[in-house]
Amino acid sequence: MSSRRAVRERLLGRRINTMAETMKIPVSITLNGSIVRADVEPRMLLVEFIREVAGQTGTHIGCDTSYCGACTVLVNGRPAKSCTLLAVQADGWSVNTVESLESGDTLNVLQQCFADKHALQCGFCTPGFLMAATGLLEQNPDPDDKAIRKGLGGNVCRCTGYLPIIEAVRSAAVVIKERRS
Amino acid sequence: MNAPFRRKEDNRLVRGRGRFVDDEGGRALHVRLVRSPYAHARIRSVDVSAAEASEGVICTLTGAEVATLTNRFMQIAPPPADQVIDYCMAPDRVRFQGEPVAAVVATSVALAVDAAEKVRVDYEPLPVVVDAVESLRNETLLHEQVGTNESWGSLFEWGEVDKAFADADTVVTIDRLKFHRFSSTPLETYGGVVTWEASGRIDMLCNLIQPGVAMKFMAPALSVSPEQLRVRTQDIGGGFGIKQNLYPYLMIAALCSRKAGHRPIKWIEDRREHLQGSAHGNERTFLDIKVALKADGEITAVSATHIDDCGAYPRYEPLGGVIWSQVAPASYRLRNLRINFRQAMTNKCPVGPNRGFSRMQNVWFLERVVDICAHEMGIAPDVMRQRNYIPEMPWTTPNGCVYDSGDYAAMLAMAKEMIGWDDWIAKRDAMRAEGRLVGIGIGTALDSGTNNFGQSTIVNPKSGLSGNSEAANVRVGVDGSLTVIVGSVPQGQSHETVAAQIVAKELGVPEDIVRVASGFDSERATHTSHSGTYASQFAVTSVGAIHGAVEKVRAELLTVAAMLLQKQRSELRTGVFGGVAGVGTADGGSHVSFADISNLINTKTAGLPAELEDITLNCRYVYRAPFQLPDPVRKYGNLTLTYAAQVHVGVIEIDPLTHNIHVLDYAAVDDCGRVMNHTIVKGQVIGAAAHGFGAALMENLRYDANGNLLTATFSDYCPITMLNMPNIRYGNRESPSPFTYNGAKGMGEGGGGPIFALSSALQDALAASGARLNQSHYSPSDLHAVMTGAPARGVAQVSATRQRPI
Ligand code: FES
Ligand code: FES
Repeated sequence: MSSRRAVRERLLGRRINTMAETMKIPVSITLNGSIVRADVEPRMLLVEFIREVAGQTGTHIGCDTSYCGACTVLVNGRPAKSCTLLAVQADGWSVNTVESLESGDTLNVLQQCFADKHALQCGFCTPGFLMAATGLLEQNPDPDDKAIRKGLGGNVCRCTGYLPIIEAVRSAAVVIKERRS
Repeated sequence: MNAPFRRKEDNRLVRGRGRFVDDEGGRALHVRLVRSPYAHARIRSVDVSAAEASEGVICTLTGAEVATLTNRFMQIAPPPADQVIDYCMAPDRVRFQGEPVAAVVATSVALAVDAAEKVRVDYEPLPVVVDAVESLRNETLLHEQVGTNESWGSLFEWGEVDKAFADADTVVTIDRLKFHRFSSTPLETYGGVVTWEASGRIDMLCNLIQPGVAMKFMAPALSVSPEQLRVRTQDIGGGFGIKQNLYPYLMIAALCSRKAGHRPIKWIEDRREHLQGSAHGNERTFLDIKVALKADGEITAVSATHIDDCGAYPRYEPLGGVIWSQVAPASYRLRNLRINFRQAMTNKCPVGPNRGFSRMQNVWFLERVVDICAHEMGIAPDVMRQRNYIPEMPWTTPNGCVYDSGDYAAMLAMAKEMIGWDDWIAKRDAMRAEGRLVGIGIGTALDSGTNNFGQSTIVNPKSGLSGNSEAANVRVGVDGSLTVIVGSVPQGQSHETVAAQIVAKELGVPEDIVRVASGFDSERATHTSHSGTYASQFAVTSVGAIHGAVEKVRAELLTVAAMLLQKQRSELRTGVFGGVAGVGTADGGSHVSFADISNLINTKTAGLPAELEDITLNCRYVYRAPFQLPDPVRKYGNLTLTYAAQVHVGVIEIDPLTHNIHVLDYAAVDDCGRVMNHTIVKGQVIGAAAHGFGAALMENLRYDANGNLLTATFSDYCPITMLNMPNIRYGNRESPSPFTYNGAKGMGEGGGGPIFALSSALQDALAASGARLNQSHYSPSDLHAVMTGAPARGVAQVSATRQRPI
């Protein structure tokens, strides 16, 4: 059995019966401020909804056991791994992805700091880190190293060795604080 | 570099607007592979009827069909291992867990997955061999027609080994050292969108990182010309060498496409598939190690048997069987070496050239030898290294490789100073007095770059590969901008940024008028058979090609400008004139813009003077590294062009309760010659170091005796995260390479520095116990076994025999 089905079964709390699963359920999710409606199979993951139904491909998939965080989005303002949620669970929720961060053509502070500090190389993990860091800074606007490591400990980056990411988040916190005062 | 750091790639990537392979193929059909749960089994039958009747299914493909539709992959090995039968899908027998046996094509991923679960495969399990040393006893053969599990083996001997042992003051023997199996597991898995078009062209949009070599494997297997394959890449989510082994899967997708009526097929591997079936790093066991030493600690000879484990099918191997010898003596002046190198096939995932490929294993081996000998001789590990480091550059190794530049002793001194060596020694001793287990270790890593493919003739004189090359193209646009195309296949290494930086600097124009169209395209972009991003070569091959193309474009620009301005070419230079990129005189009194020159050649072409007929402003240059074929009998020759180096020093503590290893302090000094971009180089060093820490502390591809991979998900494999990544003090030295035009060397593989330094520090932490550690990876339970004296494989049997009174 595929491990992705195992995740789905764990989430559904029961064995998947293929016939029944082809029945579709209507969902309506506010994605980056716009309502997206679709009839989806109950087994569809939120990340699949975001990428395949809504066509927003900035949110990535890096694993099948909720380890890597490449799929991190904000669900009702809080960071969540969108591969651990079903699209049907998110019915009526508000979901924000990396595509929501920029305003017009301008990068937001975190995006700019990631670029400035060389906190990305291939960039595959970056959307997930940006969303996790957005959630972290909302909860804790002045995180020390330890808080950053803890807050982003559920995200994997295979390229940067993490230290530049810690630096980027710290410098974003400073910039945001300066702008507020 | 005083300007703020900017990468051309980042603007799209931080917006989530990168274009990765999984973002493409919207109209494609999807394929799901059925993979073997057994590590070794005969396939009695494959029944796809239920799958084919399943909703949304277009077609299926079985291994038996593959065997009729394709040829087996060519083998790099000479006889008898050239007889290995390797298809992109197993026809009648599986040899590793996760090997594909059937494919199901459907209109969606979910329907393909549903149908794939209905494929019935009847297996007859066979005996399994997972240990390379055991495999060489040939009790269970993987490929009967080969007659042995040895994919390749040869004796490498240089210098006067017997004499060195006879003259030695002390001989140290070590029974066994073991470099474990791990992988850098790029965050983006393998994937492709493949169409076998009705015209015969096969279009492969994918994340392959060494297309030229992969095309060499695929084309004959598919009975097509390599030129019929259009291989192209876009953004790639990390590769680290592992994505070299993607080609069997692209072939499956191609065959599915043809069977599905030439429709595009999308295949994206999931993480379990990646861990079980993509590629792993080489695992190596070192046996019967003998070291000859002088009384002062100088190592004069080493002999050993190296047994490499390449998994079930050699694929890119046995090239690793010679690539290690690029760094045969590691960073040491050692002149006498006898290495019996043997490579075994086992019932495990095939290996691929993972970051640090084959050299890292050998350098780890010699670093362990140096540390163990230092302990036996009672010499401090830093002193031991200083006595043995290569004393001058360039240095010709006993096997004819030429180390270009670097000063390892100075790098060690720098790393020691950065970490506060003397203070740490005092602190360590004080902590030990309190009963704490603290150790300090050193790792000297080498990152040899720009490999001479001619070394393949040492493995097989008929390899048909030699040299190394790369192509670049620079074009002047009608608006005066410059477009650069290069054959490299970046996966995060910032090639767009560095290429633009070089072109801008050489022509004296701003970087923002330079556009780099990155991404490989065998049909529409420039490339050579060696193109790709692997073996630390961008800084030499791609940069060499870009430099050559810039020189050609410059010459053309000057020719046209000289005519327009009525000047001698020698009076003119490129640069910015009146705020615009152009060509002009040194005083700027007379100039013409790139845009005007380009329009003359491309737009207003009527009446173009005959002297300008050959001008294109679209110039291609092929850089060829200055290599000769090595002598395959003596196994002698220059195998690689540049040698970047790193010295790492780390302090660790073992938690007495959990046996977790904590890094207390760490310094890494890098020397990759002239640095083209400090931020990017530092990024590569820290990134490579994370792979080393991960490998030493967490990541281990562990198999049970039945060939089940026990770490087949990220949650079991546990790639290093921010929670475990230590802080690093970073230092840089620049020893320009005399062999490259700008003094830069290839870098980025990192060579495994933290694995060496942590092995060394662990050894030091447990020195008092007398245990000599022999593995590159210790889980807490492994360490517990070592520390409680349980009979464990994690300890080497070491002896030191003094042959001469001192
Ligand atoms: S894809 Fe969601 S955590 Fe890895
Ligand atoms: S930048 Fe490549 S995985 Fe993080």
